[in-house]
Amino acid sequence: MADIVLDKLSKRFPDGTTAVRDIDLEIADGEFVILVGPSGCGKSTTLNMIAGLEDISSGELRIDGQRVNDKAPRDRDIAMVFQSYALYPNMTVRENMAFPLRLAKMDKQTIDAKVEEAAKVLELTPLLDRKPANLSGGQRQRVAMGRAIVRQPKAFLMDEPLSNLDAKLRVQMRTVVSRLQKQLGTTTVYVTHDQTEAMTLGDRVVIMRGGAIQQVGPPQELYDHPRNLFVAGFIGSPSMNFLHAAVEDGKLRTALGDVPIGERIRRQLDAADAPRELILGVRPEHFEDAELVDDDTRRRGMEFTAPVDIVESMGSDKYVYFTIEGQRASAAELEELAADAGADFSGGGAGLVTRLSAESSVREGEGRRVWFNLEKIHLFDPTTGHNLTLHEGRSGGALAD
Amino acid sequence: MAVETTTRAKLRWGLLDVVVVVFALVPVLWIASLSFKTPATLTDGRFWPREWTLDNYRSIFATDQFVRALVNSIGIALIATGIAVVLGAMAAYAISRLDFPGKRVLVGVSLLIAMFPQVSLVSPLFEIERQLGLFDTWPGLILPYITFALPLAIYTLSAFFKQIPWDLEKAAKMDGATQAQAFRRVIAPLAAPGLFTTAILVFIFCWNDFLFAITLTSTERARTVPVALSFFTGESQFEDPTGAICAAAVVITIPIILFVLFFQRRIVSGLTSGAVKG
Amino acid sequence: MSVNATPAGADVSADAEHGTGRHAAVPGQRARRRGKTPLSENRKAERRLGWLLCAPAALVMVLVTAYPIAYSVWLSLQRFDLRFPDEREFIGLENYVTVLTNDFWWTAFGVTMLITVVTVAVELVLGMGLALVMHRTLVGRGIVRTAALIPYGIVTVVAAFSWRYAWTPGTGYLANLFSDGAPLTERASSLAIIMLAEIWKTTPFMALLLMAGLALVPEDLLKAASTDGATAWQRFTKVVLPVMKPAILVALLFRTLDAFRVFDNIFVLTAGGNETSSVSMLAYNNLIRGLNLGIGSTMSVLIFLTVAIVAFVFVKLFGTAAPGSDDGERR
Ligand SMILES: Nc1ncnc2c1ncn2[C@@H]1O[C@H](COP(=O)(O)OP(=O)(O)OP(=O)(O)O)[C@@H](O)[C@H]1O
Ligand SMILES: [Mg+2]
Repeated sequence: MADIVLDKLSKRFPDGTTAVRDIDLEIADGEFVILVGPSGCGKSTTLNMIAGLEDISSGELRIDGQRVNDKAPRDRDIAMVFQSYALYPNMTVRENMAFPLRLAKMDKQTIDAKVEEAAKVLELTPLLDRKPANLSGGQRQRVAMGRAIVRQPKAFLMDEPLSNLDAKLRVQMRTVVSRLQKQLGTTTVYVTHDQTEAMTLGDRVVIMRGGAIQQVGPPQELYDHPRNLFVAGFIGSPSMNFLHAAVEDGKLRTALGDVPIGERIRRQLDAADAPRELILGVRPEHFEDAELVDDDTRRRGMEFTAPVDIVESMGSDKYVYFTIEGQRASAAELEELAADAGADFSGGGAGLVTRLSAESSVREGEGRRVWFNLEKIHLFDPTTGHNLTLHEGRSGGALAD
Repeated sequence: MAVETTTRAKLRWGLLDVVVVVFALVPVLWIASLSFKTPATLTDGRFWPREWTLDNYRSIFATDQFVRALVNSIGIALIATGIAVVLGAMAAYAISRLDFPGKRVLVGVSLLIAMFPQVSLVSPLFEIERQLGLFDTWPGLILPYITFALPLAIYTLSAFFKQIPWDLEKAAKMDGATQAQAFRRVIAPLAAPGLFTTAILVFIFCWNDFLFAITLTSTERARTVPVALSFFTGESQFEDPTGAICAAAVVITIPIILFVLFFQRRIVSGLTSGAVKG
Repeated sequence: MSVNATPAGADVSADAEHGTGRHAAVPGQRARRRGKTPLSENRKAERRLGWLLCAPAALVMVLVTAYPIAYSVWLSLQRFDLRFPDEREFIGLENYVTVLTNDFWWTAFGVTMLITVVTVAVELVLGMGLALVMHRTLVGRGIVRTAALIPYGIVTVVAAFSWRYAWTPGTGYLANLFSDGAPLTERASSLAIIMLAEIWKTTPFMALLLMAGLALVPEDLLKAASTDGATAWQRFTKVVLPVMKPAILVALLFRTLDAFRVFDNIFVLTAGGNETSSVSMLAYNNLIRGLNLGIGSTMSVLIFLTVAIVAFVFVKLFGTAAPGSDDGERR
C-alpha cells in the first residue's frame, strides 16, 4: 500500500507528440482514483508511466515518497490490469495467477494458498485448470484481475478493464471491482471512458484533455462545480445544454429569454477585458414543466416557451427535447467534446435536452412552457472556457454575488 | 480455420492429401526402387525393380566409412541447428521487440550474407580454417553452417515474434518478470511454431550441404554423408555406384523424416488465442 | 473584486493555446525536444540488452564471412588466373567490363532469370496450396506433413541425379513418356526439367514457412469474417493473407535468393550444356574449374548485386512487414 505522487510529469514521444504535459497529482494511500477524458488525451500514457512501461520525459514520480522514475516495472511492486486482458494463453488460469508469485520465488504452498484465495474472491475456483482460450470475456477479465490481486501489490493500475465487456457484465464487474478495492484497500488508479464508472467507482475523478489535467475532485463536485466548459460538457449524461448568450444592459440575452445576472458576475463582466459573448450552460435536470413548479420554486428560476420535439418516457422521469432558435454556442472545447462523444454540443438551432417529472403531460408537437433553475446555471467564457459562475471552487448560479 | 468435419470435407481433404503425397513421393520412390535393383536391371527403365536385392545396402555398410559420415552428419547438423536457433532467436527477439541503434544494420548485414554466392566464399574460408586448425574438424563445418543458417533463422523468427501481442510482454513485466524471464516463459512458448519451423529448415540445410563439406573436410574425421556419397565408386572400378548411392540416399533420408516427424507436431495454430481481446 | 473567475490553483492555463492546435508546444519545450534528451535508465538498459542479444549472432556472421567476402571483392578487381599466376595485377573494374560484355554471361543471366521467375512464382502458388493442405488436413496430419517435406530433405545432388536417371532414355521411367527420346539434350526441354526438379525440391521449403505463417492466423478473426458473410476466397485474401504477410515475405525473399543461385540441379542434369548454364555455374566454372579467380569473383559480386536489388525491392514492397521496421504498434 502506498501513496503515489505525480510531480510535473510529462511525456514526449520520439516523433514529437506531447502526450502528457506537466501533470500534478497526489494519490493518497488506499485511494481509488479515476482517470477520464476523451480518446487520445493521454490516460494510458499516464498509467504506463506510473507502471514503468513508458519512460518519463520530465518530472518526477514518487511512490511512498521515493523517486521511482528509473525503476523497472518489476521493482515498483505495482500490478496492472490491461484493457486487452493480456492473459498468457499457454498457461492455465491457475498458472496465470501463480505467475507473479512464482517469479517472486514464493514456495509452492504459499502460492497455492494465495491463488485459491484469490480465485474464491473472484469466483474462479471451478475454472482454475482451464486455458484462457476456453473462457468467456467476463471470466478472462476476472482472471486478469486475479493475477493482479494475488500479489498484494502496493497499487493497482487498471486501463479500461471493463471496456471489452457487454453492458450487463460491465455492471456486474463494476461491483466486483468496487467491492474488491474496498476489501483490499489498495491504492488504485483506474482509467475509463465510461461516465457511470467514473461517477460511481472512485473517491476522486481526474479529468484530462490534450495531455493536461482539467480538474480533480470527488465525482459530485465535478458535476456540481465544473471548473470549465470541457469538464461541464464531459461529465453528466445526457450532457449539459450549451447556449449562446450575449451581455446587454446587465442582462444575458439568450434563446431562453433574458437571464438576469447577480452582482459579482456583473462586476466581473464590467472589467475591461471581459467578453461580451458568453456560453450559458444548463443541465437537463434543472428544467421542469412550468405547470408542476410551485410558487416558491418559481421565484428561483425563469420560464420560456418552446415547441416540443420528442418525448422519451423513462418511467421515473421524461426526457423532453425542444427545438429552440438562436445563435450556436461555439468554442474549441465544445467541438472537441462533440468529436469525442459523436454528439452535438452546440445549442441554438438545435435541440435542448430537458429532464422533466414523470407527471408532466407534455406531448410531442405542442408548444410548452418550461421553467429552469437560475441558481444552477453556469456561464462560461468561450475563449478560455473558464466557468465564470464559480467562486472559490463553488458554483452559485447566475444570481450569485 | 473453421473446421468442417462432414464426410464430404473429409473426402475432399483426403483426396488432396493423396495428391500431395504422390507429388512428393514418386521421385523418392524412384530412388528407393533404384536402390533395390540389381546392377543388371538398373538401367531397364522400369519404375519397379524386377529383381529385388539388398546388396546395395550391404555394400554401403560394408566399410565403416558411411557410418562414420552418418555420425558426423548427425552430430554436426544437430549442434549447428541448436546453436543457430538459439542465437537466431536471441537476435530476432531483440530486433522485433527492442529499440536500439544498429538494429537495421544487423538485419541488412544478415541478408547480405545470405545473398553472397557461397561458391566464391569457400576458397578463402578454406585458407582461414587451415590457418586456424579448424580444417577437417566438426567446428570447422559447424561455424559456417551456423553463419549461413542465421539469416534465415533471424528473418523467420522475427516474423513470428512480431505477431505476439505486446501486451503479454508488458503484463509479464508488471508481474515482475525480467526481460529474459518474459522471453523464456511467455514469448518463446508462443513462438514455438516459428522455433520449430526454423529448426527443421536449418537442420535440412546443414544435412544437405555439399559445397562446404567437400571443401572444408578431407578425411572421415568430419566428412558428412553428401560428401561420402560422392566418394562411392562401387566395389570395382567398373561397377556402377548408382545402386549404392541410391541406397545411401534412402538411408540418409531417414534421420530427416524422424526429425521432421518429431518437430512438425509443434507447428500448430491458435497458440495465442485467448491472450488478448480488442 | 476578482477579475479572473478561475479559482486559485486551477490548471487550465494551457487552454489558451488550444486555438493553435492540440499539441502546440511552447518554444522552450520544442528546443528541449530537438536537443538530445538524456537517455533514461530503462532506455539504456533496453539498448544494452538489444546489443547483448544480437552480439553472438552478429559476431559469428561477421567473423566467418567478413574476410571471405572482402577477399572476393578484392579478387574481382584483379587479373588473377591460376594458369598464369605471373600476370596477377590490379586492374580496377576491367573484369566487370569483360563479364558484362560477354554473351555467355548474358545468356546465363537470362536462363537464371527465367528459372528464378518461373520457379518462384509456381512455388509460391503450389507452396500456398501445400501449406493449406498441411495445415488443415484432417487425417494423418503428421504423415502428410512429413511426406510433403521429404523432397526438401533429400540431398539435392542425389535428387537431381535421380531425375537425370529418370529422364535418360533406356534407364528412366519418364523418358519413355515422350516418343522423341532424350529430353535432356534439347534446350527447352532441359530447362523445363531443371525447373521441374527445382520446383519439386523446394516447394516444401516455401510450404513449411507458409504453414508456419498460417498457424498465426487467429481463429477468432476467421470466425468473425465468416459470420460477416465472407466467402472462403474473401476470407483467404482479406484475413489470412494480411496476417501472413511477414511469413510470405520471408519465404519469397529467401526462395528468390536461392533460386537465383541455382546450381546443383543444372550441374547434375545438363552440366550446363545446350546453353542451360546459370550464372552460378559460370562462376563455379571460373572459380573452381577454370581457376580464373578474377573473373569468377567478379561474377559472384555481380550475382550478389542482382540479388541485392531483388531483395531491396521485396523489402520495400512489404514495408512494415519486414523485420526491424518499426510499425508503430509498439505500445
Ligand atoms: N508510441 C507513440 N508515439 C507517438 N505518439 C503516441 C504514442 N503512443 C501514444 N501516442 C499519442 O499520445 C496521445 C495519448 O495517447 P494515449 O494512449 O495515452 O491516449 P488515451 O487517453 O489512453 O486514449 P484512449 O482512451 O483512446 O485509450 C495520443 O495522441 C497518441 O496518438
Ligand atoms: Mg488508452
